Amino acid sequence: MTQLILEQALNGLQFGLMLFLLAAGLTLVFGIMDCINLAHGSLYMVGAYFVAAATQAADSFWIGLGAGAAGAAVLGLLLELSLFRQFYKRDHLSQVLATFALILIANEAVRVIWGAQPVMLNPPDALAGPVEIGDFFYPAYRLVIIAFGLAVAGLLYLVVAKSRVGMWVRAGAANREMTEALGINVQALFTAVFVFGTALCALAGGLLGPLLAVQVGMGESVLILAFVVIIIGGIGSIRGALVGSLIVGSVDTLGRALLPTLLRALLPADAASTLGPALASILIYLLMAGILFFKPQGLFPARA
Amino acid sequence: MSLRLTALAAALLLAGSAHAADPIKVGFVSTLSGPGAGLGVDIRDGFNLAMKQLNGKLGGLPAEVLIADDRQSPDIAKQAADRFLKKDKVDFMTGIVFSNIMLAVGPTVFENKTFYISANAGPSQYAGEQCNPFFFNVAWQNDNLHEAVGKIVQDKGYKNVVIVTPNYPGGKDAVSGFKRYYKGKVAEEVYTKLGQLDYAAELAQIRSLKPDALFFFLPGGMGINFVKQFVAAGLSRDTQLFAPGFSADEDVIKAVGPSMMGMFNSSHWAHDMDNAENKRFVADFQKEYNRLPSLYASQGYDAALMMDGAVRDVKGKVSDKAALQKALEAKRFKSVRGDFKFNTNHYPVQNYYLRAIGKDASGRVTNKTMGTIFTNHADAYVASCKMK
Repeated sequence: MTQLILEQALNGLQFGLMLFLLAAGLTLVFGIMDCINLAHGSLYMVGAYFVAAATQAADSFWIGLGAGAAGAAVLGLLLELSLFRQFYKRDHLSQVLATFALILIANEAVRVIWGAQPVMLNPPDALAGPVEIGDFFYPAYRLVIIAFGLAVAGLLYLVVAKSRVGMWVRAGAANREMTEALGINVQALFTAVFVFGTALCALAGGLLGPLLAVQVGMGESVLILAFVVIIIGGIGSIRGALVGSLIVGSVDTLGRALLPTLLRALLPADAASTLGPALASILIYLLMAGILFFKPQGLFPARA
Repeated sequence: MSLRLTALAAALLLAGSAHAADPIKVGFVSTLSGPGAGLGVDIRDGFNLAMKQLNGKLGGLPAEVLIADDRQSPDIAKQAADRFLKKDKVDFMTGIVFSNIMLAVGPTVFENKTFYISANAGPSQYAGEQCNPFFFNVAWQNDNLHEAVGKIVQDKGYKNVVIVTPNYPGGKDAVSGFKRYYKGKVAEEVYTKLGQLDYAAELAQIRSLKPDALFFFLPGGMGINFVKQFVAAGLSRDTQLFAPGFSADEDVIKAVGPSMMGMFNSSHWAHDMDNAENKRFVADFQKEYNRLPSLYASQGYDAALMMDGAVRDVKGKVSDKAALQKALEAKRFKSVRGDFKFNTNHYPVQNYYLRAIGKDASGRVTNKTMGTIFTNHADAYVASCKMK
């Protein structure tokens, strides 16, 4: 029983931390520049492909991960300088249309370059099996992901909460005009945030690649989850993104694990087996609706 | 006057020659992109290989294969099929991978009195009450491979089984097929979301149930991820994996690698089957595409051979539908799976085999045939088929 609870808790944590890597960049871009970036999921996909290609070239997963994330950061920089810049002052509809176009372009480009079939990305051999601590088993690679996620989250917290740059970022998210008036170059700040956010989501793509699959369209489903996270957490807030990610990760994991069993105790077996999985998959959206009802600004609104 | 005559003569000549050279046309609609693409690509490659060996001819007549990608969408498949039927006036249709797409496209094909030779999808509807003279399945009925797994799990004496399938009609069919022959205890039926890629929560639950065997039906990328994560979680030590051949063929093995070794699965065909047709098929397939064929490829290959045999049998008169149907029913070709025959519902009556994944002589991880599970096995729906 302890095995089950602990394992599910770790699963929730692992899922939540990966969501956080995705949501961190998204929430800052949305929060500071008021820019809706639907192509964030495509950057995650392209990042995963970069990592897979670099891993194959270097024959080492860790070098591939670093090189892939760096490559995605360069792509992010180019995109920000050439395209996103033009859209900050435009309304949300133009941003949605432009970034949606980016999704289509990215998917087709990946299909042309790497083909329609999923690309293989395997974890290092040493991490392929489970870790055994007494009676407790857990996949080694998932543990590494958790460690990685915790490290990045900690680092990000230090930078955003304690450093001067972090202060500018928080100020920019709270009130952009006032920050500009105080002499901060918000434009340059934003370029940096955008590039950093791209690198983070490429990192998430690379880390999740061996667990899931590196394939065309992998970004869309995860993008929706990232938006759920930042809406729950409050747009523009790193703390909100972290808390939101962990809530979504845990609720989704626990829902899938417990709901079918719970429902079976309450309902006839036939109805439970139909309703259980369906309900588990919409649980996080129910949660989002509930939170929006009581706290329309999210849990930690950046703009007070 | 003479000009008009010449024009008339030319027109007649043209019409005449067009008729003489009218090729046998095959409309091939399949899933060639997206997560399900591996299946469609293998069927297509198997079909094309047969066409190449036949020098591009069916029954000795020039043939033309028109290919369309349905992107796993019933709507797109229906549009492509309509175009092939109405505009190109194809003589045969084939290629569809998924049963829900087959059921959407079927009615138009049958209405048009065109023969559909299914190289994969074998929905229970077309085997039972909705069976149709124009529908043939050269592969299997959907439940068959699951039934074979159920039988082998029962025979091997496993007592506590967990079943994992996606929450969609095909998954529920897999469970009923499996349970038709496995009579022991089912500790849990786990239904996942279709297209789910992370199975951490399900695997933790499976660990707590301590099953001695696990049966899963997760087609395409879902199965690849499930097996990888199952092994990474260390569950393969205490739990024996069983799957239908779909979840354990070369496409999945190539993606997962050596960690699949020791897994049992069922199939009506295997690349190591010892007959002349199969040896030629496997050798040529590897030469052409530089990989081992999967069961899907064998099915595509057989579909082309089946058309070839029938067209030859009617001496190219494909417009005589009654004669063509007889020729198709008579199965005028040698299948790579060895001998089989068509039942009254146009589905195969054939053997099903047990395969295990291991290393072959050259050290490659692949399937090995271990024995026969069913001999001359028919599907469970044929009794309700009232085909005249």
